[in-house]
Order: sequence, then structure tokens, then C-alpha cells
Amino acid sequence: MLLAGILSPITVTHYLVVGIILFVCGIVCLVVKRNIIAMLIGVELILNGANINLVAFSSPQLFASGTAPLLLDGQVFALFVMILAAAEAAVALAIALQFYSRFGTVDVDQGGQLNG
Amino acid sequence: MEAILPQLLLAAWLLPLLSFVVILLAGTRMGEGGRGAGYLATVAVGVSCVLSIIALAWWLVHHPLGGHGGHSGVLTGDWYTLAQFESLRFSVGYYVDSLTLGMFVMVTFIAFWIHVYSFGYMHEELHDVHDPFVTGADGRNLVRPGRFHRFYQYLSLFCFSMLGLVVANNLFMVFAFWELVGICSYFLIGFYVERPSATLAGNKAFIVNRVGDFGMIIGLATFLFACGTLHYAMPGNASEHHPGLFTIVKDATNQLQDKSNAASSDAGMPTNVGHEKAGGSSGLATANKIERHRALTPVLLTLAGLALFCGCIGKSAQFPLHVWLPDAMEGPTPVSALIHAATMVAAGVYLVARIYPLLTADALLVVALVGTITLFLAATMAVVATDIKRVLAYSTISQLGYMMLGLGVGGWVAGLFHLFTHAFFKALLFLGSGSVIHACGTNEMPAMGGLWRKMPWTAATMLVGCLAISGAGIPLVIGLSGYYSKDAILAQTFLFHRINPLFGWMFYVALGVAGVTAFYMFRLWFLVFWGQPRDEHVAHHAHESPRTMVAALVVLAVLSVVSGWTVPGTNWGITSLLEQSRVTPATETGTMQSAVALRIPDEHASHEHTIHAWVSGLAFLAALIGFGIAAVFYGIRWLDPEDVRQRFRGVWELLAQRWYIDQIYDAVFVRNVLRLAAVAAWIDRNIIDWLADHAALSVRRLSQWDDWIDRMFVDGAVNALAAGIYDMGIRLRRWQVGKIRVYIMWIVIGIVALFIIGTIYLGIGANISRG
Repeated sequence: MLLAGILSPITVTHYLVVGIILFVCGIVCLVVKRNIIAMLIGVELILNGANINLVAFSSPQLFASGTAPLLLDGQVFALFVMILAAAEAAVALAIALQFYSRFGTVDVDQGGQLNG
Repeated sequence: MEAILPQLLLAAWLLPLLSFVVILLAGTRMGEGGRGAGYLATVAVGVSCVLSIIALAWWLVHHPLGGHGGHSGVLTGDWYTLAQFESLRFSVGYYVDSLTLGMFVMVTFIAFWIHVYSFGYMHEELHDVHDPFVTGADGRNLVRPGRFHRFYQYLSLFCFSMLGLVVANNLFMVFAFWELVGICSYFLIGFYVERPSATLAGNKAFIVNRVGDFGMIIGLATFLFACGTLHYAMPGNASEHHPGLFTIVKDATNQLQDKSNAASSDAGMPTNVGHEKAGGSSGLATANKIERHRALTPVLLTLAGLALFCGCIGKSAQFPLHVWLPDAMEGPTPVSALIHAATMVAAGVYLVARIYPLLTADALLVVALVGTITLFLAATMAVVATDIKRVLAYSTISQLGYMMLGLGVGGWVAGLFHLFTHAFFKALLFLGSGSVIHACGTNEMPAMGGLWRKMPWTAATMLVGCLAISGAGIPLVIGLSGYYSKDAILAQTFLFHRINPLFGWMFYVALGVAGVTAFYMFRLWFLVFWGQPRDEHVAHHAHESPRTMVAALVVLAVLSVVSGWTVPGTNWGITSLLEQSRVTPATETGTMQSAVALRIPDEHASHEHTIHAWVSGLAFLAALIGFGIAAVFYGIRWLDPEDVRQRFRGVWELLAQRWYIDQIYDAVFVRNVLRLAAVAAWIDRNIIDWLADHAALSVRRLSQWDDWIDRMFVDGAVNALAAGIYDMGIRLRRWQVGKIRVYIMWIVIGIVALFIIGTIYLGIGANISRG
């Protein structure tokens, strides 16, 4: 049964499961880690989990045959998210550098100056 | 050219006011001790006097004296109108005839000399004054700053007020200035405010005068109601539509006589029908006239006239309101001379003369009766008084009684003539007594005596005054001023006696009192100046007064002699001046349906030679007897007055206590009013105050409760709310940890929770699972 399940053809649900696993890994990484770099990695994981979702939902399996147009919406969105992720990473790394130069550490809990 | 006369009088009238205002504002800075104030006031009244004389001269040029019985007309108009309601007008205006001008000259002239005299008399006030009559708590006499300027300030105000009263053309204005002279009198009687007797006397004068003025207000209101105007007469064209009081009353009384004539001629006809037939052609104008004085019945006219006369009783100190004048002698002597002898007290007589056309025969009879009673009572009081100024005060009241009697029996000119001559010789007598008091430092005649050696000028001028007031003269040949004026009054009274036999006693009283007058005046003169000094200290201290005082005495003495005379070769004199403005009363016969027929005699009839001869002779005889008795008692001391006093102890006591009139007033009015006031005070203190106190107390308690409620509940609610929000903020603050991981964890938890809730309640999960 398990084998049958494994060997069954890959559907949208499989993609979604992978996406959820990636997303939850990202969240856990973000919540658990205090290292700013590790948290950035967690954010990347969340974004990629989301990308997989986007791509999965543009699968032709979800549409009646013939009704779908080009079916590339998900992929285009994923490309946009990648670009945004690159930009975000650039900004976030700059912040991380500044943080490090200011506090001499990359532990975000040390940067609690504004906390009243 | 007519316009110049009102302007002259306006200037003469307002100059003392100007002086008053200047002294009021700058009195203390006018020279050393305020001496400049005296100069200013004297110059102001002096210029007033000159202007008045010019005005009189101008009048005499245009209205020559001597035209017998010719009424010279009246110049009247308004200077300033305060308000106008239909025909009723309140204004400041002038009513100028020979009487007005004569009064102007007389008032300003006497006032001027009294201003001069006061420089001497009041010189103590120039620096700090030791008042021997006021003792402080420490047993020492009061020392106060001098009030020289204040004295002249009040004198100026008085001159202004008196002239305003004289020049007034309506009763409203008369009343205003009437009160102004009253308040000046009050100020000046109470000039030595530190002396309790002076303040009491001032209050007495003021309150007694209020009693009379109450009647006067009723009179004013009555005339206002009945005639719709308070002007004596309206000037020029206006008189056609809005006649003055004199015209209205004349019309009313004429109609009344027409009516009674018609009624008596054909008694069968209804009178008003007959009247309408007679007046039918004159049409609307007559109807209007009837309408206008519909209310003016003879009874009302008589009562209204008497109500106005009440004011005169108060101001002229007639019985029964004469009690204030003797006490008013507490004021400085120049004030007594000017206000309480020569001018202000004569204002009552002047007003009676002014409103003569409004007085009916019945009202005049009352005037005459009041005058007779007054002249008798006051003269008897003067006989036993020992205070020199009080003797003169009683004498003033008595002479004012003569004037009232003269007016009341139809002697318009006679009464006013006596007003003028009396003003001169009584001012003289008062100033003389002031000179004596100034020298002796006491008012008591028994402490004086033999002063003629020390002060010959005063003694001589006082003698002239005594002769003038006694009416000394050679009958039918020549005499001092009092001789002419008193004889005129007596002659008129005699005529009245012949026509109305029932009231003949008034003549004999007046005649007898003429003798009494001579007695008490010479008693005064002998006591003060004759014989040997009775008090060494006083006699040693005495000296002749300064020149300013003597000058005034001499001037007034000369006038006391000559003011009754006519210019030689003519009949120009005060009488012929007054004759120009002589008026007749509203009715000459009594209008009341009484048992006694009353008729006011025509004044010209008393000029008959036989009457004059008789009356002059009798009056001279009476005065001679009075003088003789005085000489026997006090001159040659053949009889001792002390013996007589012992023998007639009861009578003496009655007179010395002023017929107990003050005591009666005290018992009837003053005590009861005080008692009432005490009761009112008790009620006030114990009931009203109690109520007020407790009301305040309960309000206080109420507000305490309110305060507590405010603090507990209102403030409590607001505070509790604020505290709750604060607590919540403190509590919520813990959630804001500032750690992104915590937030994210909460976001995740929240999303998971939302999913769970969505799945359970909204079935979202069902859709998904189905998809």
C-alpha cells in the first residue's frame, strides 16, 4: 500500500506536501535560530516553499483539458518571487553587516535597544 | 435786545457754579490754607452781583418805574430743554420780571458782603483748628486741618442754587434747586462735623424739610396731573397751544365764576346748557380748554396750592415745621446770616409769591393763619432765649411769619417788601452777632454786657439793625426800612380785618408782636452792649472785629436804613419795583361753601391815608412800649428780670421750652420712630439674620455633601477608568517583547488557530479536503 502510494504518479498534492515541508522548515528556522544569517536562510526557505506552491497550482491537472491557456502563471510568479528574494537578500545582508559592525555579533537578541 | 437779559442772568447764575467746581477740584491747592478759594468765590459772586445790577438797570430803562398798577410783563423762555412729552416739558429756563431781578440783586449783594465778612470770621480755618467744643478720648481738644476752602465751596454752591431757584420758570426746576439749597444748608449747618450738636442740627434741618417737601411733591404731581405742565407761563407763540400754569388756572377760575354767575342768574336753567350756548361760537378752542382743566375743581386747586405751601412751611420754618431753624444756628454765623436769615429761608416766601396766581382765597387764608401763629410763637420764644443767635433765629421765624401773613391777606408787595428789608437788617444783625461771638468766644448773652466800649462799630450797627427790625420811625414822616415794610403788612392786615371781621384777631396779634419784637431786640442789645461787663474774662478778651467784618456791617447798616426809602422827588423804590410784577390770587373770594364769607382785599386799598395813619401810629406805639419795657428791665435796670422770672415761673418755663413743641415732636414722632426702628432692628438681628445665617449654613452643608459626592463618585469614576486603562497598558506592554521570533511564533500559532477554527466552524477544511 505504501509502495503503491509511492509509486503512484506524482500529483499536485505531492508538490504541495514538499512546499509545506519547505515552508515549515523555514518557519522553524526563523523561530529557533538567533543567528541573523540563519534567519535569512529560513526566510529563503519560506519563499521557496511558496514558489513551489505557486508552480504546483499552475499545473494543467487542475484544469479541464482545453480550457487552460498557456499555464505559465505560476512559473512567472515564481520568477518574480526569486527576483524579490534576491533583492531582499541583498538588503538583508547589508543590514546583517551593519548589525555585526555595530554589535560585534550576529545574535539578533543582542539588538534589543529599541525595546522599551 | 431782549436776548441780552437772559444771557446776563445766565452768566450771573453760573459764575458761582464755576467757582464751586474749581474749588471742589483744586480747593486744597489754592494758596496757603485755601485762601485763594475765598478770593475766587468772592470775586465770582461779586461779578454776579454786578451783572445782576446791570440786568436790573437794563430792565428799568425799558420798563420805567412809577406806572401804577401797570404789569410790566414777563420775559420767559428756556435755556435748555431736558425732555418734552407732548405739552409737558422739563427744562431749565428763566422767568424774569422785576421780582426776579430784585431777588437777584439782593441775593448776590448780601452774599457778596457775607463772603467778604467771612474772610475775617473764618480766618481760624486757614490753619489747623483747635475745636474747644470737641474733646477726644484722651481728654484733649480736637485739632483738625482748617476747612476754609470747603466753606467757600459750599457758599458758592449755595449762591448758584439760590439764584437757580429764583430764576426758574417752572416748578420742576424750582423743586430741583429747592433741594439743592436744602443740601447746602445741611452741609453748612454741619460744617463743624466733629461736634455732635452740629451734625444733629444738620440732620434735623434736613429731615424736617423733607416733611414739607413731601407735601410739595404732592402739589407738583397734582398740578402735573391737572394741568399737564409745570411751567409758570410759556413764551411767545407756544402759549397758544400749551399755556402755562397761570393761564390754565386763570381760565379755570374764570369759567367757574361764569358758571356760578349763570347759576345764580337763572337758577331754572341747567347751567352747563347755558354755558354751552354762551361759548358755542368759539368752537373747538373752548372745548379744548374745558377738556384741559376738567380736573381742576376749586377744592383741588386749593389743596394743590396748600400742598405746595407745605414745602414753603418747611423751608421758611413756619409753624409747625419751625423747629429746625433755631438748631440750625450751630453753623458758622455768616451761614446763619446768608442762608438762615436773608435768603434761603426767604425762598419759601418767594415761592408763595411766585405761585400766587395758583392760590385760591381759601389757601391764602391758611397761609395767613400759619403766618400769624408762627410770628406769635416765635416772638414769645425769643423773649426768654439767652443764646444771642437763637434770639435772632426766633426773630427770623417771626419775621418770616409776618411775610406769610402779608402775602396771605393779599399784600403781595407788602410781604415781598418785608422780605427785602428783612434780608438787609437781619443779615446785619446776624453779622453783628457774629462779630460779638468772634470777640467773646461765647453765644450766651448773660456773659456779655458793656461791650459797646470795646466794639463801638458793632454796637452802633447792631443798634441800627434793632431799630430797623422794630420798625422805628416818625409816623408818616420817615423811618428805617422795617418801619415801611412792617407798616405795609399791618395796614393790609387791618384792611383784611375790616372786610373779614372773623379774622380780625390776626391784626391784633401782628400788632402786639410788633411790640414784642421791639422788646426782645432791645433786650438783646442792652444785654450785650449796655451796662457793665458781667464776665471779666469775656470782657477782657473782647476786641473790635477786623476791617473786612466791619465793612460788611456798615454797608448792611446803611442799606437797613435806606432800603425802605424812595428816591427823593420820585416814587422809585423797592415797592414800585415790586409793583411792576404784582399778581392777583387765583380767586379773590372764598370758593368753599363755608359759613364764613372770605374775601381777599385789593392791595391798593390799603394805601389809603387814614388806614396808614392809624396803623403807623398803633405800630409805633406798640414798638415804643416794647422798647420801654426792654429799657426798664435791661437798660436802666429799674426792674430786675429775675424777679419777674420767679413770679411767672410757669410762663417762663413754657417759653424757654419753646412751648414744648420740640418735646411733643420728640414724644410723638422721634421716640416712636426710634422705637419702631429698634423693633425693626431686633427683627432684623434676631429673625432675618437668623434666617440668613441658617440659610447660609444649610447651603454650606449641602455644598459639603456635594463636594463629597463629587470627590467620591464623579472624580472616582474618572480616576477608576484612567487607572484601569493604565493597568491594561502595563499588562499589554509585556506582550511587546521586541523579539521577532516570538512574534513569528505567535503569527504561526494564530494562523494555525485560524485554520482550526475555520475548519471546525466554517468548513473550509472540508472544501480543501474535497478538492
